[in-house]
Amino acid sequence: MKIPLSWVREFVDVPKNISLDELENAFVNVGFEVEGIEVQGSDLTGPLVVAKVATIEELSGNKKPIRYVGLDCGEGATRFVICGATNFAVGDLVVAALPGAVLPGDFAISARETYGKTSNGMICSARELAISDEHAGIIVLPQDCAKVGTDAITLLEINDVIVDAAVNPDRGYALSIRGLARELAASLGIKYQDPASKVDVSKFAINEDGVQIIVEDKTALSVVFIRTISNFNPLAPTPLWMSRRIEKCGMRSISLAVDITNYVMLELGQPLHAFDSEKIDSTLVIRRAGATKTIKTLDNQERKLDSDDLVVADKSSALALAGVMGGATSEVTTSTSNIALEAARFDPVSIAKGSRRHKLSSEASRRLERGVDPSLAQISSARAISLMIELGGAKYIGTSSFGEPKYAPIVEFDPNFVSEYLGTKVSLEEVEEKLKIVGCDISKKSDTSWKIDPPSWRSDLLLGPDLVEEVARMIGYARIPSTLPTGKSGASLTPMQYRKRAVANYLAGNGFSEVYNYPFVNPDYVAKLGFVGDRAKSFKLANPMSEEFPDLRTHLLPGLLLTAVRNQGRGAKDIAIFEIGSVFRNTEKLLSQEVIGTDRTPDAKTKEKIYKSVPNQPLHIGAVVAGKLGSDGWNGKSAEFTWVEAIGFARSIIETTGNFVTTVSSDFAPWHPGRCAELQVDGKPVAHAGELHPRVIAELGLPERSCAFVVVLSALNFPETKKLQTLITMPAAVQDIALVVDESISAASLELALRSGAGELLESITLFDRYDKLGDGKVSLAYTMVFRAPDRTLTADEVSKYRESAAASAMKACGATVRV
Amino acid sequence: MSLNIADLSSATKSALAAIASAKDLNQLKVVKTEHLGDKSDLSKASQSLGKLAAEEKAEFGKIVGAAKSEVVAAFDSRLRVLETERDERVLVEERVDITLPSSKQPKGGLHPLTILTNEISDLFIGLGYRVAEGPELEAEWLNFDALNIPADHPARTMQDTFFIEPLDSKLVLRTHTSPVQIRTMLENKPPIYVICPGRTYRADELDATHTPVFSQVEGLVIDRGITMADLKGTLDYFAQSIFGPDVKTRLRPSFFPFTEPSAEVDFFFNGRWIEWGGCGMVNPKVLEVCGIDTKEFSGFAFGMGLERTLMVRHGITDMHDIVEGDIRFTRSFGTGGR
Repeated sequence: MKIPLSWVREFVDVPKNISLDELENAFVNVGFEVEGIEVQGSDLTGPLVVAKVATIEELSGNKKPIRYVGLDCGEGATRFVICGATNFAVGDLVVAALPGAVLPGDFAISARETYGKTSNGMICSARELAISDEHAGIIVLPQDCAKVGTDAITLLEINDVIVDAAVNPDRGYALSIRGLARELAASLGIKYQDPASKVDVSKFAINEDGVQIIVEDKTALSVVFIRTISNFNPLAPTPLWMSRRIEKCGMRSISLAVDITNYVMLELGQPLHAFDSEKIDSTLVIRRAGATKTIKTLDNQERKLDSDDLVVADKSSALALAGVMGGATSEVTTSTSNIALEAARFDPVSIAKGSRRHKLSSEASRRLERGVDPSLAQISSARAISLMIELGGAKYIGTSSFGEPKYAPIVEFDPNFVSEYLGTKVSLEEVEEKLKIVGCDISKKSDTSWKIDPPSWRSDLLLGPDLVEEVARMIGYARIPSTLPTGKSGASLTPMQYRKRAVANYLAGNGFSEVYNYPFVNPDYVAKLGFVGDRAKSFKLANPMSEEFPDLRTHLLPGLLLTAVRNQGRGAKDIAIFEIGSVFRNTEKLLSQEVIGTDRTPDAKTKEKIYKSVPNQPLHIGAVVAGKLGSDGWNGKSAEFTWVEAIGFARSIIETTGNFVTTVSSDFAPWHPGRCAELQVDGKPVAHAGELHPRVIAELGLPERSCAFVVVLSALNFPETKKLQTLITMPAAVQDIALVVDESISAASLELALRSGAGELLESITLFDRYDKLGDGKVSLAYTMVFRAPDRTLTADEVSKYRESAAASAMKACGATVRV
Repeated sequence: MSLNIADLSSATKSALAAIASAKDLNQLKVVKTEHLGDKSDLSKASQSLGKLAAEEKAEFGKIVGAAKSEVVAAFDSRLRVLETERDERVLVEERVDITLPSSKQPKGGLHPLTILTNEISDLFIGLGYRVAEGPELEAEWLNFDALNIPADHPARTMQDTFFIEPLDSKLVLRTHTSPVQIRTMLENKPPIYVICPGRTYRADELDATHTPVFSQVEGLVIDRGITMADLKGTLDYFAQSIFGPDVKTRLRPSFFPFTEPSAEVDFFFNGRWIEWGGCGMVNPKVLEVCGIDTKEFSGFAFGMGLERTLMVRHGITDMHDIVEGDIRFTRSFGTGGR
């Protein structure tokens, strides 16, 4: 909220010499971030004077209208200037910058020749003076507001400091001069006068005259006042002091009636709405829209109403979207002289819903949804009516009201809690003083039991900690000391967290670079990669950042591949990247969430329901290698990275967790259907690895034979603590065996057969040669088997028996013959 | 045949001369055969000893033995000299340009977000915290309601949330890692000391300082007698561990629905105050929803963005570098340290 310091000074005696830093800190210290401080007029020097338009000569033959204007600046002689604006007539009062003046932006005014004339100054627009964004024309001042020659810098109160303070949602009261002035005074420790206390409501008593109010939906508000006036002069101008203040707060001056409602809202914080009472069909009714289907709002938009929308209506139609925006049909116009003014403390949630439903955040809704001081409905409407009488010549007719202001309840409070909660000593005297500054009334039963009555504008002060915050703000957070609590011993990472780190370090240490991709994907691209079935069942975002990426990823590869392509586009040749992240598959039947309250702790069943409404989100680790892991150099080429290495990395990741891997072939997209391994643990797939599909590689423009692997980290079991057996120190016996098998026999199945035949003393088995030039569709595979017994040296005879048994098993399972 | 002392002496002399003049190991080898081999004069003299009478044998044996020892010693010494010469020459010959590019070891690296997360996890584990994690696609109730952000409360619009279709699935991409705090409190009895690092989502356009997908770390402590001073002390410790031992922090009053009192935390770094995150004492409403007795326990919570922390600490000026996955960026961080 923007507030001019000149307005604040009406209620707080802010020191004259306060620096901008001090001003900013004063707000920040009590919880209002300062988004900006504008020193208006700092780069403007006069002479800037009020001038009366004496003559206008239209100069023809130019691309745009140009006027040669004679001005009476109170100098005796007429001063002539050139002007490009046309929104004024002879007799109007305007603002003229005379030669010697410097306007914002270092714009020096001097007499100059232009359009064949001498221009002895300039008629100014508001934007040229940097006092508002208005630049549709020059400033036309209200008639008779000042004598010609008057200093316009003073008249327009240009020299001012405007603070833009951010107001948090719990402090609706501070969306006003009244609220922010109070905070500033409290922060600076100086006196404050409440503008609301200056308003005399007794003059405008409730009676049966004027427009009457009926509240059909009692939940819609706590209190409403409707005040009616007549004989208002619709053409009466808004006085300069008022329009300037409205502009300084960032709003526009529109007409006296509307300006008064805005002015009072800015000053006190209560939104007001003025209806043309001639256009109201008898009484005003506050109700839900129900069967009423549409309303035309002030911005001339025809809006569809939700049956739950709160409206202010008359007998025949909805006249306003209550608390959000007025309607066009009952709008105050230049012919309105009878006005019904509404001031209501609407239910914040209803306003918030309506505002969101219609995507309409107005000055009124922003205040009402944060909660307005309930006492203000009566006060602010009285203040506005007074101004209409004073400035628009109106006559008071009557007031109708409904409901009672509802205030925050009294809080039972142990003042010692402040010290306990803040961790620093705050004396009871200080607690009392600070709570009173905030506006609380205190009645003390004892030193440990106080009754705190929060002020009318603080419906948020409900619990002890709310009061602690108020005291803390007022004594300053800097008073809070620094102490360091520690948890119980025994904290450590979980096995999964250790494993995640180890895997990341392993890959990074081996040449892979870690990336974090957005999990947003394009469904067409994912389909093109060949994802089908469960792996294509994605969650859709209701409000994606871009229509191009509306889905959540079901797999890490789509993102990794695009990142590889991006790196390639930036000139990288050999790209090895990995990512550890969650994927989201829309494959489970989820419990739909019911409305669960927050008034009590959910029981076990309810908790279960909440958890089961959330899909399982497995943690994957994925990697893409486009090119090689290393790069070629002066001393030779780097090793190729092929499907063999891709599977090797995936396998290592799994095996280092202590899991035993079985490899089977797979045709998962986006891998090469003949070069993709599925790695299983206990018969369940936990990884896919191999070469990418040539079509995918071609489409993305990646190097031929690019590879990828993905391991489902969350599918692996991690032992809490590894258990080890004593190392065997007996000598090992080594046996080589070469076998000939049909090439359709997989190496994995052959190895499995050898293992099962070799017996328990087999320590390791390694394939050291593969020969595929035998012909007849046969290949030869040669293995080294190492045997070791825990208690003895194995004899040659014994070991050769194991070798024969392994060979027999391979024969039986795979039709393997021993190659001699 | 009798042993001629003069001949022996001359053989010894010529052997010593030959050894001394051998220029390399090959020549020395020839000299060895010639002067110490089976057919050499010295060997012959030894052999001839057998034919002598016992008395003479003893006398001449000493003389021959001494001659042979002298020659062998000379040979050994020359051998060592020549071997040393050879070794030195070979080592010189085998010299390479040691400044040639040394290695083709592939370069990889951890993303700095991972490095920072590990660093933060370690420092809090040292304070007795556990690292709690939870799902990124989360129930609205856990992300908002349980945190005292009811539907239609203006606070919900403070965070531009990604919602999942259909809307009645009531699933959102979590806007903070606070739902992990809620899950932790629902499932564990105090004392609770956890940090919750993880990815979070808000619908901000990607620019130099914003990203719709970002990382947070939050901390939660629930114990007996926890005060706001404990919060301040923990933040001081945290900031000093991350930014340096002399770093100061300050708290400013603020608002969050889930904390009361609430504060923004800034730290003073390179001559200016930098906004770091939000924090406060956990709102009793939140504790009560999570089944924690507010008469017995109180707690604090804090949360900050990791990207921002990285940007400040490492002088990263463009968010794009953090999110785009350029391997040059990751590689510059390597596998450890800062």
